[in-house]
Amino acid sequence: MHEYSIVQALLERVTLEARRRGARSVHRLTVTVGELSGVETALFATAYDTFRQGTLCAEAPLEIRTVSARWECPACARAMPRGAVLCCPRCGQAARLARGDEIVLETVELEVP
Amino acid sequence: MCGVCGCGDPEVVPVDIHEKVLSANERKAAHLRDHFREKGVLAINLMGSPGAGKTAVLEATARATGGAYRLGALAGDLATDHDARRLREAGIVSASITTGSACHLDADLVHHALHHFPWTSLDYLFIENVGNLVCPAIYDLGQAANVVALSVTEGEDKPLKYPVMFKAADLVLITKVDLLRHLPGVRLEAIIDALSRVMPRPLFFPVSATTGEGLDGWGQWLEERRRELGGAAAERRAAAIGPVRLAG
Repeated sequence: MHEYSIVQALLERVTLEARRRGARSVHRLTVTVGELSGVETALFATAYDTFRQGTLCAEAPLEIRTVSARWECPACARAMPRGAVLCCPRCGQAARLARGDEIVLETVELEVP
Repeated sequence: MCGVCGCGDPEVVPVDIHEKVLSANERKAAHLRDHFREKGVLAINLMGSPGAGKTAVLEATARATGGAYRLGALAGDLATDHDARRLREAGIVSASITTGSACHLDADLVHHALHHFPWTSLDYLFIENVGNLVCPAIYDLGQAANVVALSVTEGEDKPLKYPVMFKAADLVLITKVDLLRHLPGVRLEAIIDALSRVMPRPLFFPVSATTGEGLDGWGQWLEERRRELGGAAAERRAAAIGPVRLAG
C-alpha cells in the first residue's frame, strides 16, 4: 500500500506549488501513471480521496492518465511483444523501457484570488 | 479576480509541472549515493518476499568472507529487530529500521538510520528492505545496486507476477536451490526463462545459504561492484586488504 505514501508526496508537491503562487485552493490535478510504475490506480485514487480531506486539494478532482508499457530495441526501435524475452531478435540487444514506469505530476489548476 | 467578467470568483490558473511525484525521495537518495561513493562504501538494496532468505544470504555471506570485509546491514522490519540481531550474531554490524505499518524503506528512513550507525568505516552496507515484492521496488535508497532474493519455494512464475520488482533488479539471487530436489514442480530453467521476460539484462546466481553453493559468484559480483564504485577510499581499502575471494 505504498500508494498512500505516493499520494502524500503528491499532496506536498501540489501544496508547495499552490503556496508559491498564492492560490486559495486547487481546482484540479492530473497525473500520469505507467503500467510498470508499481502503482495500482484504483488504490491511488482511494488514497487520494482519503488524504485530500482538509488540504488545499479537498475539492480538486484527480485525473489519472494511464500509460501502457513499451519495451523496445535501443538500436532498431522494434517493440517487444507482450510477455516476450526482453532481447531484440534481430539486433540481439537488451530491450529498454521506452515508457510505462512513470509516476508524474503533469498539471495543476490553481484557484488564485 | 475572474479575468472574464471581474465578478470576484477566483481565477483558475493552469500550471504545467511535469515532475516525478517521488522526486523528493530521489533527491534524498542522490545525496545518500554521494555520501556512499565518497566514503567508498558499496550500498546494496536487498529486496524480496518475506521468507525469501534475505537474512540467511547475508549470514552466509559473512560466514564465507570470514571477516575479510567490514560488513554492515540496516534491516527494515515492520515490528521486530530479529533480523538485525541475527545479522549481528553473524558478525555483521547491524541496526533495525522499524517501519511500523510502512511496507517499504525510503531514502529518508535510511538517511535517519545512518545518523546513528557507524557506516563510514564499512566496505559493504546491505540495506535489507521490508519483505515485499511490490512496494520497495520504486523507492531509490541511494544504493549502488538492487539485488532481489527469489527463493525456489516461491514457484516458477514470481518474476512474471511481479515485473516491477524484477525490472528494477540488477541481480537476482535464486535462493534455497538445495531444496530443488524436493520440489518436483519447480524447474530452475523455468525461473530463468521468467526472469528473461521481465529483466532486459537477466543476471542471476542460484545460491544456497545452507550448502554455500553459488556464494563465490555472488562474492565476485560484489567485489566487481565495489571496484566500479571507484574513489580514493575504495582503492585504498582494496590495497590494504588485498584480493580475497569468497569460499563457496
